[in-house]
Amino acid sequence: MTSSPALFAFEHVGCGYDGDTVIDDVDLVVHEGDFVGIVGPSGSGKTTALKALLGIVDPRYGTIRRHSGLRIGYVPQVETIDWSFPVTVFDVVALTVRHGRFRRLPRAETDRIRGIIDAIGLDGLHDRHISELSGGQQQRVFLARALAQEPDLLVLDEPASGVDVATRHELLHLLADLHRGGMTIVLTTHDINGLAAHLPRLVCFNRTVVADGPPEEVLHPYVLERTYGAPMDVLHHGGMPVVLEHRGHGPHVARGRSA
Amino acid sequence: MTGVVLLEPLEFEFFQRGLFVATAASALCGLIGVFVVLRSMSYIGHGLSHAVFGGAAASTVLGVSYFVGAGVWAVLAALLIGRVSTRSPVGADAAIGVVTTASFAVGLAIQSRNGSVSSTLDTVLFGNVLAVFRRDVIAVLVVGVLVTLFVVAFRRELTFATFDPDVARTSGIPVARLDALLMVALSATVIVSARVIGALLIAAMLVLPAGTARLLTNSIGRMLWLAPLLGALFGFGGMYASWYAEVPSGAMITLVGTAVFGTAYLGVDASRRRSVRRLDDHAALV
Repeated sequence: MTSSPALFAFEHVGCGYDGDTVIDDVDLVVHEGDFVGIVGPSGSGKTTALKALLGIVDPRYGTIRRHSGLRIGYVPQVETIDWSFPVTVFDVVALTVRHGRFRRLPRAETDRIRGIIDAIGLDGLHDRHISELSGGQQQRVFLARALAQEPDLLVLDEPASGVDVATRHELLHLLADLHRGGMTIVLTTHDINGLAAHLPRLVCFNRTVVADGPPEEVLHPYVLERTYGAPMDVLHHGGMPVVLEHRGHGPHVARGRSA
Repeated sequence: MTGVVLLEPLEFEFFQRGLFVATAASALCGLIGVFVVLRSMSYIGHGLSHAVFGGAAASTVLGVSYFVGAGVWAVLAALLIGRVSTRSPVGADAAIGVVTTASFAVGLAIQSRNGSVSSTLDTVLFGNVLAVFRRDVIAVLVVGVLVTLFVVAFRRELTFATFDPDVARTSGIPVARLDALLMVALSATVIVSARVIGALLIAAMLVLPAGTARLLTNSIGRMLWLAPLLGALFGFGGMYASWYAEVPSGAMITLVGTAVFGTAYLGVDASRRRSVRRLDDHAALV
């Protein structure tokens, strides 16, 4: 697909919890410069696949190969964050920065963190408590935290979940800018039309990889039915594929559907 | 007048020791309590203090040092909790309930069979300024310095592991090892505080200063100095109140803390209501 070096590769990977297998025989390679959306219904094992990549969950079988010294910046689902935790925007980003014990954060690091927060559009909000931010701003804080780790690979778990349309657009533009700047990005989503269809590469996922390729190739009724377990149609509008699901008498636009 | 009130009990050496240990132990409870509150693990603190009572009873009967008996007992209780919660369908909260109440029951059984040790055990249960000796001063000093060094040195890692353990782990922070060290620090704090605050009331001191600090600030950095300061204030004020009210020290320390927490809670609640009303008024004008 590309001549860039592989950042990570799943080879026949299976993972699970307490006797249940959640992902099964997964093969997936991501190269430097890729921008990949892993699409599938809720409960299809997307988050488990990400956790296996991050080393939080160990594979039961198979191998995960990571590029030597690979640095991953992880943006968790906003629903998993404790928004009442007593930290400001600056605190969240500074948590990732190692510095000498019994010493304050060096001035150079403080300036670097402030620069990252400003660059991501949160200038003036450094000392704001995280619960006092809008949905889009909350998403950006965790993106800033991931970027502060100077990652080779940015991983986002359901970044479009629980945000409004405007925030989703903002996020998509922000990620596209980062990708243009050379960042490799992998994200999961169950929002096909709002997010996934805009990405250059999609991986349709339901316990295993159902299809992998550009949206115009993988957004096919047969693939979508195997991924979501329900019949779906695909139309084209302005050169973009639009996925419609059958519900009752006529097709409905598929959005954020959970199977 | 105030000077006389403050100086009068200081004529007694036992009160000086008690005042020092109460202030230092309460400050220590406040510091470690920040993580107890933010990790929602006050039940573990509650359980550990009950477990320590069993250890104290056993050490009295066996004639070994309270610190050795309670320390070994706390480690055994923690290991048992870990075993029951991970190797059976019983959850961690039920495992804590079973192990620590059983430990507390052992203490009660020993107390009722050995009338001669019951006053010593009452001290561990309710706290008693008369039972604070030089070794308690040394113990609270040593544990206080070590726990403070631990929290200051690993402040970033402890905060990260508390806020977002999964991401902390992927950032190279040894979360499991830090959790274990935090449990050791918590156990040591409970053991050195039990004789002056009382095993039954330590759980309150693990949450009152940190809970009050949480009401007053949205920054963990500020909580980490405000909670020990409030703890010290509760310990100091509670000891004087205990002297004049002739009530066990642990009860008065807890009551002073509860009064301050209640005031902060009502004050913050009222100011939040006022700011909401201001916003509503502003919205009505727009």
